[in-house]
Amino acid sequence: MKLTLHIWRQKNPQDKGRFVTYHLDDADEDMSFLEMLDVLNQHLIEKGEEPVAFENDCREGICGMCGMMINGLAHGGMKGTTTCQLPLRHFKDGADITIEPWRSRAFPVMKDLIVDRSAFDRIIQAGGYISVNTGNAPDANTVLISRDTAELAMDYAECIGCGACVAACPNGASMLFMSAKIAHFSLLPQGQVEADKRVKAMVGQMQKEAFGACTNYTECEVACPKEISISAIARMNHDYLKAFWPGRAVGGGKHVA
Amino acid sequence: MKLDAHIPSGPLEQKWTNYVEHVKLLSPANKRKHTVIIVGTGLAGASAAATMAELGYNIKAFCYQDSARRAHSIAAQGGINATKNYQYDGDSVWRLFYDTIKGGDFRGREANTYRLAELSSNIIDQCVAQGVPFAREYSGYLRNRSFGGALVSRTFYARGATGQQLLLGAYSALSRQVAAGKVELHPRTDLQDLVVVDGKARGIIVRNMVTGRLESYVADAVILATGGYVNVYYLSTNAMGSNATAIWRAYRRGAGFANPCYMQIHPTCIPHTGDYQSKLTLMSESLRNDGRIWVPRKKGDTRDPNSIPESERYYYLEEKYPAYGNMVPRDVASRNAKYLCDQGYGVGPTGRGVYLDFRDAIKRLGMDAIVERYGNLFDMYERITGENAYETPMRIYPAPHYSMGGLWVDYELMSTIPGLFVLGEANFSDHGANRLGASAMMQGLADGYFIIPNTIGQYLAGITQGDVTTDNDAFREAQDTVQKRMDRLISVNGTKTVDTFHRELGHIMWDDVGMSRNETGLKDAIKRIQELRAEFWENVRIPGDQHDINQELEKAARVADFLELGELIARDALARDESAGGHFREEHQTEGGEALRDDEHFQHVAVWEYTGEGSEPVRHIEPLEFEWVTPTQRSYK
Ligand SMILES: Cc1cc2nc3c(=O)[nH]c(=O)nc-3n(C[C@H](O)[C@H](O)[C@H](O)COP(=O)(O)OP(=O)(O)OC[C@H]3O[C@@H](n4cnc5c(N)ncnc54)[C@H](O)[C@@H]3O)c2cc1C
Ligand code: SF4
Ligand code: FES
Repeated sequence: MKLTLHIWRQKNPQDKGRFVTYHLDDADEDMSFLEMLDVLNQHLIEKGEEPVAFENDCREGICGMCGMMINGLAHGGMKGTTTCQLPLRHFKDGADITIEPWRSRAFPVMKDLIVDRSAFDRIIQAGGYISVNTGNAPDANTVLISRDTAELAMDYAECIGCGACVAACPNGASMLFMSAKIAHFSLLPQGQVEADKRVKAMVGQMQKEAFGACTNYTECEVACPKEISISAIARMNHDYLKAFWPGRAVGGGKHVA
Repeated sequence: MKLDAHIPSGPLEQKWTNYVEHVKLLSPANKRKHTVIIVGTGLAGASAAATMAELGYNIKAFCYQDSARRAHSIAAQGGINATKNYQYDGDSVWRLFYDTIKGGDFRGREANTYRLAELSSNIIDQCVAQGVPFAREYSGYLRNRSFGGALVSRTFYARGATGQQLLLGAYSALSRQVAAGKVELHPRTDLQDLVVVDGKARGIIVRNMVTGRLESYVADAVILATGGYVNVYYLSTNAMGSNATAIWRAYRRGAGFANPCYMQIHPTCIPHTGDYQSKLTLMSESLRNDGRIWVPRKKGDTRDPNSIPESERYYYLEEKYPAYGNMVPRDVASRNAKYLCDQGYGVGPTGRGVYLDFRDAIKRLGMDAIVERYGNLFDMYERITGENAYETPMRIYPAPHYSMGGLWVDYELMSTIPGLFVLGEANFSDHGANRLGASAMMQGLADGYFIIPNTIGQYLAGITQGDVTTDNDAFREAQDTVQKRMDRLISVNGTKTVDTFHRELGHIMWDDVGMSRNETGLKDAIKRIQELRAEFWENVRIPGDQHDINQELEKAARVADFLELGELIARDALARDESAGGHFREEHQTEGGEALRDDEHFQHVAVWEYTGEGSEPVRHIEPLEFEWVTPTQRSYK
């Protein structure tokens, strides 16, 4: 395959950055998207140039480390697929491909395609946990959880923290990421106890970061490689209301436990 | 090198209880006075950091990824073992212990392995309390499945993403301690050296991966939980950044390296396709619960697999091992696949593949059940290969997956350097010469949640530490050594990329130090690795600046260590003149082609001591005594 790549190059956070065009003649449709970038980088190094910096680790769609805008779409726009799992056969021979980092105020660019997503960690640190010390736990079968509830909690728990939802959102909101964690926990009896405190703390931290507000564009759901449903956001809003006005939220959107 | 495993006396079932009852304790006020460095935030490191912080210690935690949540434990798919016996199918602590010791071909330590089995149940309790959404029955009770090397159903799982869920549980506990101010997190830092002061581990030198500057950190003890090193094969199921640098640098500072040659080659991975390939993708072993493995009975048969009639299919594992069938341990399954492919029975474009077929399972259980159990794995397979495995059998082939070897540790998980502890895949401890499925996560979490928080107190309570700061000579010397190494790497400015060297090393390792090994091949490999290493230091090219994000420099420092470790693996494989578990020496096999141990001469752990650049390492041994089980020829027939 022959490809023409327009790649964002930016030396560091201070640099303004620019697109540079590269021609790649030896791509193969069995390659993954990142393997294609590997091949380009080998050529660049051989020519004495600096390779394109991009993040990745597992290359199995689970660590959440990879992520870039490909032709304007987060992770390239193939349903339920991270950049590392995107096969090159998704593109046509001779295609022009534009590659950029996540674009969001909350995720400053560090170099080329690498951004700083530490705001996500800070949201989790604010309350994305169940407060149980090691050694406190009762036998695992003491509390029963219906299969449907466990499966639904798992649907939300599968978030890999990649940031595609933020990058795809016209407002740069982090709602899908944050609500996925909140919904996962508040569905489970173990997570219910601290539900009010958790939602307040996480939302509070989100407001301190440079994320935008959610105005229901729903672009996040489309971009999410784990296909996390925006029903998470409704669940979070319900928890949030309940936390501040306990009376108002009774029955509203209450999940099946 | 002194190798005292410090196994507590008394009956096997009481050793750990006795130990915990008599271990030295530190008061809460004294715990607060101690700082401990933990390198690695995978299952082992994150669970240790969270638990020790809960107890009051001050923790400094490090990882090379941008977030602690991305450690490679995240990629574990299939599940985690525990002896709950919820299925009432005859499981017990003893049985898990015995399966593990036997699965490891009687090359593990009894006391450690028993403790692991004993602690397994607590892990599940802890994880459920943290909100890990394990699979459930309609009744609301926890669900189990089977993994290789066992006849009971004791594996707990969360879809095909068990590692992710367990790690996110540990990461959430860790995050809570970060918020509480008990853990100081350092992501994007790469450990480059260990600092030993007056014979005790007291700190580390890291490279800040954003600024490129070297930084020193001091503590009262250092814990390495840096994962496995199968990336020495270049292509493996590990993450791109998985590396041996932490344990290799510790080895060079005096930590014994145990059983480096015990490598696990996992039987069910997607076959290799082209030269550009960057990694091999695992298809969870859980697939062997329902999938049947076969090759055509005729060599070089290129027919569509669905058109090959039953009588012309060779279900070789079911025929050869009727008791365990497709559920034999990994080393046995891998070796059989390789053997048949070498004989010309392999399938697919390269002839390096066997079928894993779900046709009968779909008939028996219905399509929905298969989609529910394995849907995400089938999707992943289709994304990578473009083939639909519900309609045509998957093609699989073995790939490097797990390193049973690692730094030698005693019962308290302390290495041969006082104050240096090693957890998870980075240590050598519990799996002998072959690890059973779903037991690595169990070990990492047992080490981190339940063992180290008890054993570290024993060490800290027993020593008086001098006041050491990073101005100490040992810190200066170490930082200087690392700086010189970085300068040297950057200044080579040769013609070949880091990946080129890594790929060549991988070829040597896979061909001669891989699934089957022999004396000639191993000797040749040692020579070729030495030559490749020499060439690396003359001819590697690393573009860019040291004081910047420089991914080629990061890789180069890792590959330089793999080029040393590869040689040690080959030396260990050469010295172990027997077959055991994943270490198969062609010279030593039974008539049926199974691994043939030599208990008289090799019933021991081999522990290597570094003796300096260009000088041959020294091999020490820790004899293995079997007091409670009798080593037998492993049989899965
Ligand atoms: C694809 C796959 C599937 C698996 N499936 C299963 C399964 O189903 N069941 C099971 O029991 N086991 C499974 N395993 C094995 C198991 O996942 C691992 O053995 C285990 O998770 C290792 O955990 P760890 O904490 O020791 O290391 P890791 O999770 O690898 O963590 C290593 C940590 O060390 C850090 N680190 C490493 N080097 C450095 C350095 N130089 N400087 C700073 N930090 C460093 C990393 O950043 C990371 O935080 C699987 C493994 C793989 C690869
Ligand atoms: S919600 Fe989806 S897109 Fe957002 S971080 Fe999680 S996995 Fe990525
Ligand atoms: S590299 Fe891990 S999700 Fe893509």
